[in-house]
Amino acid sequence: MNKRFALKLVAACAFAVSASASFGQETIKISNIVELSGAGASAGTNFKNGVELAVKEINAAGGILGKKIVSTTSDTQTNPGVAKGLTQKAVDDGVFAIYGPVFSGSIMVSMAESRRAEVPNFTGGEAASITAQGNPYVFRTSFGQSTSFPKLARYITGKAKTLAVIYVNNDFGKGGRDAITKNLEGTATKIVADISTDSGQVDFSAAVLKAKQSNADAVFVYINEEESARALRELRKQGWTKPIIGETTLTGQKVIELAGDAANGAVAHVGLTVDAPNPLMLAFKGKFYQAYQYISDHNGIKGYMGVYTLKAAIEKAGKLDRKAVAAAMKGLHISAKKYPSIIMDVSFDQNGDLDRESFMVEVKNGRQVVVDTLPALGKK
Amino acid sequence: MTDFFQLFFSGLSTGAIYALAALGFTLLWQASGTINFAQGEFVMLPAFMMLAFLTAGFPLMPSFFLACLVSVFILGWAFKRGMVDPLFKYGMMPIVVATIGLSIAMKNGVRVAYSAEAHPFPSLFADKLYTIAGVTVSLSDIGTFVLALALVMVTQAFLAKTVTGRAMQAVAQNTESASVLGIDVPRMIFYTFAINAVLAVAAALLVTPTYLAKFDMGDSLGTKAFFAAIIGGFNNSRGALLGGLIVGVCENLAAAYISPAYKDAVALVIFMVVILFKPQGLLGMKEERKV
Repeated sequence: MNKRFALKLVAACAFAVSASASFGQETIKISNIVELSGAGASAGTNFKNGVELAVKEINAAGGILGKKIVSTTSDTQTNPGVAKGLTQKAVDDGVFAIYGPVFSGSIMVSMAESRRAEVPNFTGGEAASITAQGNPYVFRTSFGQSTSFPKLARYITGKAKTLAVIYVNNDFGKGGRDAITKNLEGTATKIVADISTDSGQVDFSAAVLKAKQSNADAVFVYINEEESARALRELRKQGWTKPIIGETTLTGQKVIELAGDAANGAVAHVGLTVDAPNPLMLAFKGKFYQAYQYISDHNGIKGYMGVYTLKAAIEKAGKLDRKAVAAAMKGLHISAKKYPSIIMDVSFDQNGDLDRESFMVEVKNGRQVVVDTLPALGKK
Repeated sequence: MTDFFQLFFSGLSTGAIYALAALGFTLLWQASGTINFAQGEFVMLPAFMMLAFLTAGFPLMPSFFLACLVSVFILGWAFKRGMVDPLFKYGMMPIVVATIGLSIAMKNGVRVAYSAEAHPFPSLFADKLYTIAGVTVSLSDIGTFVLALALVMVTQAFLAKTVTGRAMQAVAQNTESASVLGIDVPRMIFYTFAINAVLAVAAALLVTPTYLAKFDMGDSLGTKAFFAAIIGGFNNSRGALLGGLIVGVCENLAAAYISPAYKDAVALVIFMVVILFKPQGLLGMKEERKV
């Protein structure tokens, strides 16, 4: 075997290997790019655990189109710059889909990379602006603010004539504050205090004092998990007895655990809750607890459903082709009858926003209790 | 005016905790010329130690005392023997760099062991509220302030009134003379490290119910305590108390009357003003050194 022949043989082998990687994937590589440290640690950890639980189940059941899923996880440190870099790395590694980040500020920055590489990117971010930019490769795993806030505003209008808004000064918080302001325009409820707080803030005495000074009928709290717990404690400490209203995070399992009794009485609109009156959700709650020894919050459900959404989209496309899967996501309706692990019927629109049933919950005796079920917006 | 006092009292409680951590900075500086940039993590680690003892079924106070014992060994003896003693002969900078490294290692170690999530921590004080002339103060605020104040005062009294305390001060002022006078210098320095470790556990006990037990909870605490120590005077224990209270109260007032966005800048602004006009700190004394 002369040198030239050997070189040709090596080149042929290399081509064969790369070709098989591109055209005949043996596995479906997905990358979890989530907040495992920093202010988003709680949200990111739950989301990651949800994704990994779904991956394990799907692999045990034979995979997607006969291919097993391989997932890797990276920590964004709740830093958009790091998230962007990790997304670029995931793209370079040839992943089929990306899960996360959960924080809106991070996905807003990182999704440019997944879009450029045409890799479907499932996010836990809720800021309205994420899907408003026409990115055909970004898909939500939860309601965007444009879907949840109209429902929430309707509830608030029935409860309060004046409202104090405490929000966190990041993309998530500002998006929520803008959405509630917009949705309350022209209604009987007026916003009388607009209170900004910082991500990672420890002391909420000044923020709560401002809310009290405004003499509002209710306070709307739209901040991240740990800060929500601290704000609830401070509200109770300063003797706030009026309604405390929020969206999903405020009554999350982690917030209840951290805030203790101070969480009792808080009311929130939640897209997902393990306490939903739904046997499939109950089954998920049990499986998650068995795997991780704690009760999942909404982010865990988001990650879990996100992987099953990808499964449904790939099966609809009928092939492992990112472009075809992204196209299949448009207008995708997944029925819980056909895919029980999707838990609730869900529909995706052309922008990557989703619609499904949601709930009003109240924290009673340290537990989320569903007080009302709201139909999907599409059902009216 | 009621609002002002509400913020003021809330700030005092936060400031007292800064003071405890700041006292650690001043003690180590006085006794061994060491600046410990892992001071925030020295508060974080005992919080997790107590959490481990609580999980094992011990009540809060026994957990506190057990954490004190373990901390005196790890954050006192092991820190001194393993890091400060070998580097001391090379001057202050290697110790500064090493403590920065130690802080990163401690954070990531706890993160691996306990996950990056925050954990709830029981409060030493009952969940009671008192309303006096329209100002709502919690028992936790009052208790934190009183206990932190008492600890600073006791430490101060120990240093000033006891033979051991005076010997420690003698070592701080002039190691060679203290040695000539028959004072066991290494032992006195170890006592300082041990006191710092116990103060850190006390700070953890008071601060963790609010900060929540999390691997990075020491980040902002360490920075604020460092600023507080410099504002009050790095070579004066009472300065640490004053600096801590000033930072705590001013932060709260700035968040309410200026903007919450500037809250974290308050300590830095006061720090810069003090450095410009009174570099030795508000209660610090000028030190002259031969170069």
